Parts: sequence; C-alpha cells; structure tokens
Amino acid sequence: MATRLNPVDVLLVGYGWTGGIIAKELASTGLKILALERGGPRDTNPDFLEPAKDDELRFALRHELMQDVSKETLTFRNNRAQTALPMRQLGSFLPGNGVGGAGVHWNGVTWRFNPWDHSARSQTVAKYGEKIIPEGMFLQDWGVTYDELEPYYDKFEKTCGISGKAGNLNGAKIAGGNVFEGPRKNEYPNPPLKQTHGGALFEKAAKELGYNPFPTPSANASRVYTNPDGVTFGECHYCGFCERFGCEVNAKASPHFTVMPIAAKNPNFELRTHANVMRVLLDSTGKKATGVVYVDARGREFEQPADLVVLSAYALGNVALMLWSGIGKPYDPVTNAGVVGRSYAYQASSGATVFFDEKTWLNSFMGAGSLGVNIDDFNAGNYDFEKMGFIGGGGIGSSTSGARPIQFRPVPPGTPRWGADWKKATVKHYLHTGNVSNQGSNMAHRANYLDLDPTYRDIYGRPLMRMTMDFLDNEQKQMRSLNQKCAEIGRAMGGAIVEPRTNPIPYSIVPYQSTHNTGGAVMGADPRVSALNKYCQVWDVPNVFVTGACVFPQNAGKNPTGPVGALAYWIADALKEKYLKKPGALVPV
Amino acid sequence: MQEDKSVDRRGFLKVVGGASAVAGAAAATQPGTAAAQTPMQHNMPAAAAGAASDRLSGWAFFNPDEAAFVKAALDTLIPADATGPGAVEAGCATYIDRQLAGAYGRGARLYLQGPFAQGAPQQGYQLPLTPAEHIRIGIADVNAYARKTKQKLFQDLAPADRAAIMTEVDTGKAELANVAAGGWFNMFLALTMEGYFGDPMYGGNKDKAVWKMIGFPGVPGMYSEVIEQYRNKPYPHTPKSIQDFA
Repeated sequence: MATRLNPVDVLLVGYGWTGGIIAKELASTGLKILALERGGPRDTNPDFLEPAKDDELRFALRHELMQDVSKETLTFRNNRAQTALPMRQLGSFLPGNGVGGAGVHWNGVTWRFNPWDHSARSQTVAKYGEKIIPEGMFLQDWGVTYDELEPYYDKFEKTCGISGKAGNLNGAKIAGGNVFEGPRKNEYPNPPLKQTHGGALFEKAAKELGYNPFPTPSANASRVYTNPDGVTFGECHYCGFCERFGCEVNAKASPHFTVMPIAAKNPNFELRTHANVMRVLLDSTGKKATGVVYVDARGREFEQPADLVVLSAYALGNVALMLWSGIGKPYDPVTNAGVVGRSYAYQASSGATVFFDEKTWLNSFMGAGSLGVNIDDFNAGNYDFEKMGFIGGGGIGSSTSGARPIQFRPVPPGTPRWGADWKKATVKHYLHTGNVSNQGSNMAHRANYLDLDPTYRDIYGRPLMRMTMDFLDNEQKQMRSLNQKCAEIGRAMGGAIVEPRTNPIPYSIVPYQSTHNTGGAVMGADPRVSALNKYCQVWDVPNVFVTGACVFPQNAGKNPTGPVGALAYWIADALKEKYLKKPGALVPV
Repeated sequence: MQEDKSVDRRGFLKVVGGASAVAGAAAATQPGTAAAQTPMQHNMPAAAAGAASDRLSGWAFFNPDEAAFVKAALDTLIPADATGPGAVEAGCATYIDRQLAGAYGRGARLYLQGPFAQGAPQQGYQLPLTPAEHIRIGIADVNAYARKTKQKLFQDLAPADRAAIMTEVDTGKAELANVAAGGWFNMFLALTMEGYFGDPMYGGNKDKAVWKMIGFPGVPGMYSEVIEQYRNKPYPHTPKSIQDFA
C-alpha cells in the first residue's frame, strides 16, 4: 500500500539534462518543484577525480554509470515473426542512470539539426513529391521549425560552452564552418578544439574531394569558460577518457555542475534520489494525471500527487512509463493506429577504418569526446535523394575520442583474433590507425516500434518494454552507399589499408553502436500520428509533458543532445509563458 | 628489498595523500563557491614507488586443475614472444580468476530471469548462467573434448595441439558437451584481452608491459599542451597506471 505524500506543483520524472534545465527555468515561478531520480547522487568531486576516473574496465566495460539491466531492461527482436528475448546485458546502447543521467558520460557532440530534419516531410515532398517516400516509411515534420527553435539552440549552446565554428551567421555562409546548417544568430561561445593529425588529414582530404569540412561542435570546452549562469568550465585536457566517463575538470558540459546546482538554490525545489517512478497515475477520465507512484531504495511505495508531470527520463524510459501508465494510445503495427511506441528509430551508421603506414603517427590516445572534423554534404536535405537512392543520409567525419586499449585495438582485415600474428598486428597499428565514420540517419518505419512484452518482467513486476527493430531497405542503402564515401576519403587521407564497415545487418543488440535511441512518443501537428503536440505536451493528457529524443519523429544523421537540450528550453518556455498561465491543451485537437 | 621500499612508501603516502585530500576539496564542484569559479586540475597523489610491483597471488575462484587449464589456454591465445609479453606472464590468469570470483563473475548487471530460449545471434547472451558458471562449465567441456580428440587434458598437450583445439573452439567446430563453443570462446577471449590491456591494479598487464609494448601512455592523460606539437610524431612517455598512484 503506497504512502500518500504531500502534493507538489511540478513533478520531474528523471533528473538529467532536460529535468535539470526545466527545474532551473521554472524556479522563477515560485512553484513547488520535485525531481525524482531512480539512481543516486554524484558529483565531480569525489566521483570523477583522477586517476580512478580513467578506469576503462570499470566504466567502459562494466558500465558503472549506466542502467543496471539485472533490474530493468527490455526485450528485443528484429521483426514480428520472432519471439523477443531480454537484453540480458548492455551492448548496442547504454542508457544512463543517476543524477545527471547520460549527460555525465556523453561525448559532448552538440549539433543543431538541419532545417530539413525538423521539416523532413514537407521539404522532401516539396522537392521530390510524395512518390519518393517508400511504402511503410513515416516521414514526419516536428511541428516546430528550425527557425522557431533557433533561440533555444543558442541558449543550450551557451549553457554548455560549445566549441565550434559557425557556417551560417544570419544567412551569410562562412567557409570552415558547416555551410549546410540553418542560419544562426550567434557564433559558438568558444573556438574549436585543437586538432589531431587524423583530423587534419581528414580536413585536407575532404577539401580535395570538393566537400565542406568543419570542426565538430563540442561540449568539451576549448578554453576556460563561464556560461551565462555564472558556471565556470575548465579547459579540456584531451585525456581520451570521455564517453562512458565523468570529466575531472568540468570541461565536458554536464547538468550536474551547470543547471542543477542553480536549480538547487531554489528553496521550492527538492530532489529525491533512489526514487524510481513505477507509473503515472490518471484520474477516472484518463485525461488528467494526478501524480505518480514511486519506489524508494528500501522498496517502499509512495504516491506522490502533482498538478503537472514532466517525463524527463531517458527516451526509452519515457516511452515505457507512458505504456505502463496508459498515457496515449499504444501503437498497433497491424492496424497502424495508435501513437505511443510508434516511430522508434536509431542510428544507421557505417564507415571505414583507415590503417596508415608506421611513419604516420595518429597518437589517438590524445583525444576528446567530441574532437573531430565533419562534412554534412551527404546529410539531411543536402544531397540528391533521387540520385543517391535513399532519404536521410548521414554525417561523415573523423573523430579522435581516445584509444583506450581494451576496446581500441584495430587490426586490418584478415588478421587472426589471437596468437603471435594478432599480437604483432596489434602493436603495428595501435598508434597509426584512424577512422572515417558515417553517423547515418534512421527514418521511422511501420515495422520498427516499442510495445510491452507479454512474457518478461522487471524486478518490480512490470512488463518489460519490447523493441521490434531492424535496418530496413532505405537504411541499408544509406549505410552501404555512405561507407563508400568514407572509404574514398580514407584513401585520400593516405590510408594504406581502408576497410569499409556498416552496423550489423540485420540489426543486432550485441555490439555497441550508439546511445541515440529515438522516437516512441513523437511530437507533431497531427494527433493521429504523434503522441505529443509541438510543445511536447501529451495530446490526450495535457498535464503531462515529455522531453528527450523519444519526441523525434525520425532520427537525423547527427547526435541528439543539441535538439534535446533546445527542446527542454522550448518546453520550459511553453510552460512558463503559456501552460502555467492557463493550464490545458496548448494546441486544440 | 620490497619491505624497505614499502616503509618509504607508507611515509610518502602519509604526506602526499593528505596533501591531495586538501587539493581535492579545493576543487569541489560546489556552485557559487570560489572553488567552482577556478578551472580544475587533475587532483591526484604522486606515483608511489614500488606500487606496481605489488602482485596478487593465490586463486579466489579456480581450482588447481582449472588454473592449469587457464594458463595453458592463455599461453595459446597470447604466447610470449619477441613482440611482447605473453598473457600468462602479464597476469591474465589472476585477472580472470578475480573477475570470476567477483561481481561480474557472479552475474552483476546481468538479467537472469526466465524463461530462457536460444534466440537469434543478434539477440545476444541468453544463457541461464553467470559468467563464472559459464567459464567453469566450458573449461570442463573443452578438457573433455581434448581428451576425446587428443587423449590428454588440454593443459598437457603440446602447443600446436592446443592451438588446434582452440581454433576448433573459436570457430564453433568443436562439439562441446554443455556450452556452445563459439560463445564460450568469445567470453574467454574477451576476459583475456581485458586482463592483458587493462590497468595493472586488476591483476593483468603486469608492470604495464602491454601498454609499453603498444605505446599507450596510460593515465591520466593531460595533452592540451602537447596535442598539436606531437601531430604525426612519436610521443615520448613512460606509462602510468591507476595502480601507480595507489
């Protein structure tokens, strides 16, 4: 029997980037705000200090900062003909856990999605007609345009101290920046990071081939920086232990030292850690949330009433909570009706490993999470869909995020996996290998969706969420075409051996690919095909808002945190300026 | 001789460790304090002399026969040669023993609720076994296979015969009594590589010999001042490990 607690005005479920931003932004309302986080508290000191922080085994392989799948996981199958089985250990993606969420252990690549990404259907149809969209593909607009989001992107970039170079300032294209990006009002707050030899080779090769290279926009601060909230960042050490690790110098933007300490100054704010929300409670009409039920570290159940609930957990967690709570109609792939669980997407990536001779020193152990050079020439709407034969494309780049030796041991094709020859090849190539990667987009499709598993349960007795997912024809073509572009650049860089690769086909949950899980509760203008309106408010339950990449109607060829952060500011603004002044649906159904 | 050094080390740590605690506190991530306005530095005690030579010994998980098997298997997978250390001298047997005796081996962060089904390869690990159980059963299976095909325990075979058996296990050609050969081999190989390339504090990569071999400078990396200077040039260094700062 749940103990009923005193009500709050605003309840945040999950406390990472988006929860932190909204808590901070709503402080001025004077409302009572409560954040419930399933994991524990943590801070730079004492949790991410050197040298213990640079522990590849503990953090990269044993996943200490990640979700514990012995307690909560999901089931997976490639298609409806298979029986889904539990993801018994982490592999393909690594959802975070604890205060700060994945914002603590991300790499820091911080894009603005291109204007095409936000208006994918209308721009595609305008240029190519409806006929180009393959059967079963859901190509949808976000319901909010790039221009509407521009000030919020700007805000998030300043919060994070992004290091980069603008390619489009107020419509003026700037060589050396991303000339394909939407017009921005302001330059990045910090100059680009220092470049590695691999990055320099990529830049030169890409230019020679007629492409438009630019530095990866990075939440690894290139210099000491104080953001508009007065939070100071250290300068990145290029230590090479970034993704999957905390940062010892607060050079990598993370909510735990930026927005959260400011949110915590608000006397009306409270954070409860080890508070795992089981479900959102609805009243008898099913159209109003009344609060949540959560379980604490001791297993005690509490009912926490609230006027407004924001689902601010990881993308997959938000969708699961909606399914467990009966918020929105679950998607049915047979009838193609329903919206929750619809449009699950991922990252359909490929690339090429570039092996240089022993006179070329890449020294990839010197690196930063988002240190690299990119081209956007084959991404979003920047190439000819008809000519290339696929929609969406991908961002191609060469990054140097470190060379931690348990996981970074490149050897050329044909090398044995063990034995004397394997060892010789490992030594020969360790300091002399680079990469060209295609971070491919993933269009949403009728065949890929999330629902509840009929068999397996978590430790709380809830059904596991079931993921049905494969790389379909459009994505297979994209991966196989763009890895050839990667290989072309790799050869132009001077690679002695260039080995193209793609993500596994069929999609496999085993090897790590990307923690960019998107969709399942998408935003849009039409409640028949989106769970949320353009303010990320649930159409059916207007006092529930949803953050995170689960709101993306399809996934771009870019990392999601930039738009996730921008949308959090956008949602906070909608709450402050619209919803809290007049609670109710912000867009008429 | 070690004793002399360790006396020095204790005295050394008393001073340096205390100093580092103060430095750590100064870098606390407390918003609104002066400390939060200061760019942060690595906060760590200096390397303690002799730390790297402190070795683990004894078996926490394997029985003597299993330990003999593991050493023979490691010697087959990564033999000592002119290129660099073998997995045995690097301490990988101790590493694997400790991993299987500890949380990982006992199934931490592994969902072990049924029902169980084999599934497709892309659905991943689906065994009702902890890693410790899996490795132990597989060792017995491979030994039974060695006896059946070569009339000896694996550890008693000549190197060429061991390599032949390991190849059959790796490729899944060996029919094992309980475990699937390929899946078992993948887990054993992954553990071997973790021990070989990981921080020496876990028992493998003894004296950082593997990092020296490949040219990994270890931790902590502070390259902001040198990353441009050493573009396309060898970077001179002496590797440091977490263990060195213990």
